Amino acid sequence: MDHLLEIRNLSIDLPRGKKLPPIKLVEGIDLNINKKQNFGVVGESGCGKSITCNAIMGLLSYPLKVGKGSSIRFQNSNGMEQEIVGMAPQDLCKIRGNEISMIFQEPMTALDPMYTIEQQINEALSFHTNMTKAEMHDASLEMLKKVKIPRAEEILRDYPHHLSGGMLQRVMIAIALINNPRLLIADEPTTALDVTIQAQILDLMNELRESYDTSVIMITHDLGVIAETCEHVAVFYAGQVVEEASVVDIFHNTAHPYTEGLLRSINSLGNAKKELYTIKGMVPSAGNFSSGCRFADRCNRCMDKCKTECPPLVEIETGHKCRCWLHIDGAVEEA
Amino acid sequence: MRNYIIRRIIQLLPVLFGISVLIFAVMKMIPGDVISGILGIEATEELRHQLEVKYGLDRPYIIQYLDWIGGVLVGDFGESIRSGAPILPEIGQRMRVTAELAVLSAVISWIIAIPLGILAAVKRNTWVDRFVRVFALLGVSVPGFATCICVILALSLMFNYYSPLGFVFFVDDPMMNLEMIILPALINGFGISGSVMRMTRSSMLEVLRQDFIKTVRAKGANEKVAIFKHAFRNAMIPVVTLIGMQIGSLLGGGVIMEQIFSLPGLGQLAVTAINQRDYPVVQGCTLVIAFIFVIVNLITDLLYAFIDPRISYN
Repeated sequence: MDHLLEIRNLSIDLPRGKKLPPIKLVEGIDLNINKKQNFGVVGESGCGKSITCNAIMGLLSYPLKVGKGSSIRFQNSNGMEQEIVGMAPQDLCKIRGNEISMIFQEPMTALDPMYTIEQQINEALSFHTNMTKAEMHDASLEMLKKVKIPRAEEILRDYPHHLSGGMLQRVMIAIALINNPRLLIADEPTTALDVTIQAQILDLMNELRESYDTSVIMITHDLGVIAETCEHVAVFYAGQVVEEASVVDIFHNTAHPYTEGLLRSINSLGNAKKELYTIKGMVPSAGNFSSGCRFADRCNRCMDKCKTECPPLVEIETGHKCRCWLHIDGAVEEA
Repeated sequence: MRNYIIRRIIQLLPVLFGISVLIFAVMKMIPGDVISGILGIEATEELRHQLEVKYGLDRPYIIQYLDWIGGVLVGDFGESIRSGAPILPEIGQRMRVTAELAVLSAVISWIIAIPLGILAAVKRNTWVDRFVRVFALLGVSVPGFATCICVILALSLMFNYYSPLGFVFFVDDPMMNLEMIILPALINGFGISGSVMRMTRSSMLEVLRQDFIKTVRAKGANEKVAIFKHAFRNAMIPVVTLIGMQIGSLLGGGVIMEQIFSLPGLGQLAVTAINQRDYPVVQGCTLVIAFIFVIVNLITDLLYAFIDPRISYN
C-alpha cells in the first residue's frame, strides 16, 4: 500500500428500524491520504465531512453505522496494513490517540471539566506507553511548551474552565500529538475561535506537522483555511465527493459548478459594495437525494441528463477528479 | 470552605425559627386538644381548668411559645403531656431505628439503581434499557404500602415466613435486628431506587453525548475508562442532589413502613403524638426532622465541591 490511509466505497448509514432501509448519509467515498500530506476536506454543514472522519477513528456516534462494503485501510507505524472497518474495540483503542489522533471544533467542551490538564494529557500517555508518573509529567510539560503555552507548569495544574478557547485548543493539539501519531484529523479546529487566534492555531499546526512528520486531514468549511494549509483537497457535497484535486487546481482550475459557486461566494475587501454571490436553493436533506446529480437543482449549468443520472467521479486530468457530466466526454454532445 | 459552612449554619436559624412558629400555630389551630384526649369530652370545666393550669395551657399562646422555644434553645424539649417522659431522649431513641432503616434503604437503593442506571444509558434502546425503565417505573409508581402488603402476603403464603414483630437494637442482637429491618429496607430501597435509576440514566445519556467523551475515546480509552472515570463522574451531580433529598426525607421517618413493620421510629412517634394532640412531642419531632433535612442538604452542597472542581465555596 503506497498510501497512509485508503478509504474505499465508504458509506455511513442512519438506521431507521427494521422495516425501512437505512438512510445513507455518506456514499461511495474513495479517498487516499499520503504520508506527510496535508489533506483538506471542505463542504458545508451536514455534507458528511465530519462523520466521514469520525468513521476513520471508529468513533461514529450512536446510532450511525458504517455501511456494508466499506473499507478504511490504514498503514500503521510498523508498516502493517490494518482494516479499520469492523476492527475489534481493543485494537481500535490501540490506534486511537497513538497512530491516529483527532482534535475537535469546540475546545471549550472537548476536555473533561472534572480533571486537570495534566491528568488529561497523562491519560493519553498512559494508554499507549509505560511511563512512570514523573516521566509523564516531564513529557506533558515539554509538549505544552511545544504548543507554545506560557506558564506551562502552572497550566498543568489548571482545570479546563480556567483556560481560554485558544489555550484549550493548544492543549487539545498537545494531547493529539503527544504520542507522535501518523495521522492527525482536525475537525474544524479553528471554527470556534476568534480570527486572530485562528491564525495562530493554524500556524502552530503547520509548524508541528512538519516537525512531527504527521499527515493531517483538515476538515473545514472555510476555503481560506484550505488555501493556507492544504496540499490536496476533497470537496464534499450532500454526502459525496464532488471534486478532488490539488489545492492549486481547486482554486485556479475549478471543474465542478459547486466548487465554482463556493469560490464565488467568498467575500473580499475589493467588492464591498457588490452583493455577495450565493448558490441558489438549499442542500437536499439526506434521504431525499434524487437519483440524478445531487447538485442538479441548484446548478446553473444543469442539463436534462443531470436530473436523471448521477455522474461518476472521474479523473479529468492527472490527480484531478470531478463528479460532473460537463467533464465527461460525450455527455454534453449527447444532451 | 469553613466560612461557607458557618454562613450556611447561620442561615439555618431563621428557617428553623419559621418552622417552629408554623408548627406551634398549626398545633393550636387543629380541632381537638390534649385535655379532652386525657379526660374525655364529658369532663367538667373545673377538672379541665386544673389540667390546663398544670400544663401551662391556660397562658396566652405567645407566652406558651416563648416558654417552649426558650427550653429548646438550651436543649430542653420538655416532657410529653401524655407520658410525662422527657422528649429529647425519646426522639434520640426513635432516631436510632429510623436512621438504621434510612441508611440501609438508601444503600440498597444505590446498589440497585446506580449500576442499572449506567447500564441502561450505555445500552440505550436495547432490551436491557427497556427492562430497567420498566423496573424504575414500578419503583416510582407503586406505593410503598402496596409493595409491603404484596411482599408480606407472598412470603407468608408461599414460604410460610413471617417477619418478626417488635424491635431489638442492633447492639443487643444484631441478627435479630437485621432480620427485622431487612424487609422494610428492601421495600423502601426498591421504592426510591426507581427515581435514582431514572436520574442516573438520563444524566449519563446527557454526558455520553458530550464532546469530551469523544475526546477521551479518541485518546484511546477503553469503554470502562470512558464510562466510569469520565462519564459517571460528570453525571453524578444531579444524582447526588436527588440522593441527598431522599436521605433527608428517609431520616424524617417513613410512617407507613414503620407502622406496617411495627418499627418504633420517629415517624411513628410523631403520628401517635399528633393523634393524641401531645403538643410538645409533635413540635419536638418536627423541629428535629426539619433540622436533619437542612443539615443533609448542606452536606449535599458540600459534596458537590468534592465531585466538581468548578464548584468552590471559597
